[in-house]
Amino acid sequence: MPEAFGLLAEFETPEALVEAARETRAKGYRNLDAFTPFPVPELYSVLRLRDDRVLWLGLFGGIFGFAVALGMQLFTNFDYPINVGGRPLYALSAFAVVAFELTVLFAALFPAIGMLALNGLPRLHHPIFSARAFARASRDRFFLCVLADDEQFDARETERFLRTLGSASVELVRS
Amino acid sequence: MSNAEATHPIIPPQQSYADVTDQLAGIPLHFPTRRIWLIALFASSLLLGLLFVSAVVLFSEGVGIWGLNIPVNWAFAIHNYVWWLGIGHAGTLISALLLLLGREWRNSLNRFAETMTLFAVVCAGIYPILHLGRPWFVYWMFPYPATMQVWPQFRSPLEWDIWAVLTYLTVSIVFWYIGLVPDLAAARDRARRRGWQIFFGVLSLGWRGSALHWMRWNQAYRLLAALAVPLVVSVHSEVSLLFAAGTIPGWHSTIFPPYFVMGAAFSGFAVVAMIAIALRALFSLHNLVTVDHLDLLGKVLLATGLMTAYGYVFEIFDALYSGGAHEFQTLKDRFTGDYWWSYWGAVVFNFVVLQALWWRGIRRTPWMLFAIATSVAIGMWLERYMILVTSLYRDFLVSSWGFYRATFWDWAVYAGTIGLFFFPFLLIIRLLPVISIFETKEVLHEEHEDIRHA
Repeated sequence: MPEAFGLLAEFETPEALVEAARETRAKGYRNLDAFTPFPVPELYSVLRLRDDRVLWLGLFGGIFGFAVALGMQLFTNFDYPINVGGRPLYALSAFAVVAFELTVLFAALFPAIGMLALNGLPRLHHPIFSARAFARASRDRFFLCVLADDEQFDARETERFLRTLGSASVELVRS
Repeated sequence: MSNAEATHPIIPPQQSYADVTDQLAGIPLHFPTRRIWLIALFASSLLLGLLFVSAVVLFSEGVGIWGLNIPVNWAFAIHNYVWWLGIGHAGTLISALLLLLGREWRNSLNRFAETMTLFAVVCAGIYPILHLGRPWFVYWMFPYPATMQVWPQFRSPLEWDIWAVLTYLTVSIVFWYIGLVPDLAAARDRARRRGWQIFFGVLSLGWRGSALHWMRWNQAYRLLAALAVPLVVSVHSEVSLLFAAGTIPGWHSTIFPPYFVMGAAFSGFAVVAMIAIALRALFSLHNLVTVDHLDLLGKVLLATGLMTAYGYVFEIFDALYSGGAHEFQTLKDRFTGDYWWSYWGAVVFNFVVLQALWWRGIRRTPWMLFAIATSVAIGMWLERYMILVTSLYRDFLVSSWGFYRATFWDWAVYAGTIGLFFFPFLLIIRLLPVISIFETKEVLHEEHEDIRHA
């Protein structure tokens, strides 16, 4: 691990952050992250973020839940058949409710837990929290971070560049 | 956002992100109105105590202490179960459905509406367990490899019920918590005292608002919302099947699933309006829960009320069209039978009082909206009572005609569940941000953009 985690530039509006992110990428920086108090969807395309795994987890969860529910109901009726007034043992219409509920249950649990896992949460500490200005990332400031493992990263050069973008402050974050 | 909304910002746009954050995160951190809160907590703890006493008496004496008996063998237990569960549904609908539809005004209401859902579902969920008579056997509902080698009966609506309610409770908790995490982080960053920092620090799971995290969060949150909407419909439809799958006159009708779902949304929106009005007064949130919000809630209440009224009309049509003598008899019992007051009470409290909401001035007057919403909550309570008792007390054979009257312990358990609802609800509004902080800032951001473009 390099000693620095990255350089953190502070902006006052989401628009300024998006613009700065665009220019930083145009300058050739690739390893960027942004921190905002609420989702700023424009950032996803500017930072070239792409990850659909959460959505796929939802699909797999749904299929899993449906299969479990149907299998469970078919098996219990196979294992201990109870004749209720001659009605069919394998009554798909009667199994539909539990099948639907478990489909929804796992289609919800998989992406919810998966979202946290992919994000590496829960996590007790992260270097970014040591940044002085960072407490405002959950309040009213918008941050762009050039990570130190970026090929072009140079503590002094990058800092000078970030200051040209109209940032309110630029700060070196230690890892 | 439509043009009308753009020209009329729902939240006063001159507030800054910092104002909103400090105001909302400040409620748990520097709690105002301690006295009123303590009095409310004390009152609800008395009710909660009553629930414990009632449960102890119930478990030692058996369900005979309630007024239910053959033929009215499903009384307060399922009546209040349906009522509570219905109230819970509005929290999910307001949060999930309006999120998917892009109605930003929901961002001031979703947090406490979802919190209401959680505890309403808990109140509903304990009723079937209390009603079991032998509640220590509740695990028989689950398919586990028993030494008796039997399995639950998956072809019974009663078995569907436990899967539906537990799924609903789980998904509601997950949806609520996932939506809460960014706000817990905001409260963590505002906290100055060590205890609060640890409390919010642990609960916020280390959330730091990274763009990639937000993107995945957004996918998960919207996916959960898209699942929650059909889930609500399925859960209350399933509840109605507890009734409609039987052949009892007055229950055996295809209108029941939509009728129950609309009634659930109706009663729930009424309670959301009551809580919104109470909270904005208690915490001076007039800048975030505005009269425009109350106006919209009034309109939604009116609309869902009229849809529920359609259910009443269709029920009459259904009885007449069926040509069944007993269906017709049940209809007459509802109008003029021993429980006529529950039918006409439901009509008056639900629909007659409701008509006042056609007037804009009434929708925008908090105490009037509160009074109408209270009337709806009572009306829907009477409606569930009416559907249950008027159908059961006189069914096909004269030999199975009877009478039902709630006993002291029926009322005690019901009052106790009100304590079970308010006690944890009050704790949550004491400890956590009661209105979504970051979603409020999203609305402000859009309003600022609209102003810049205009």
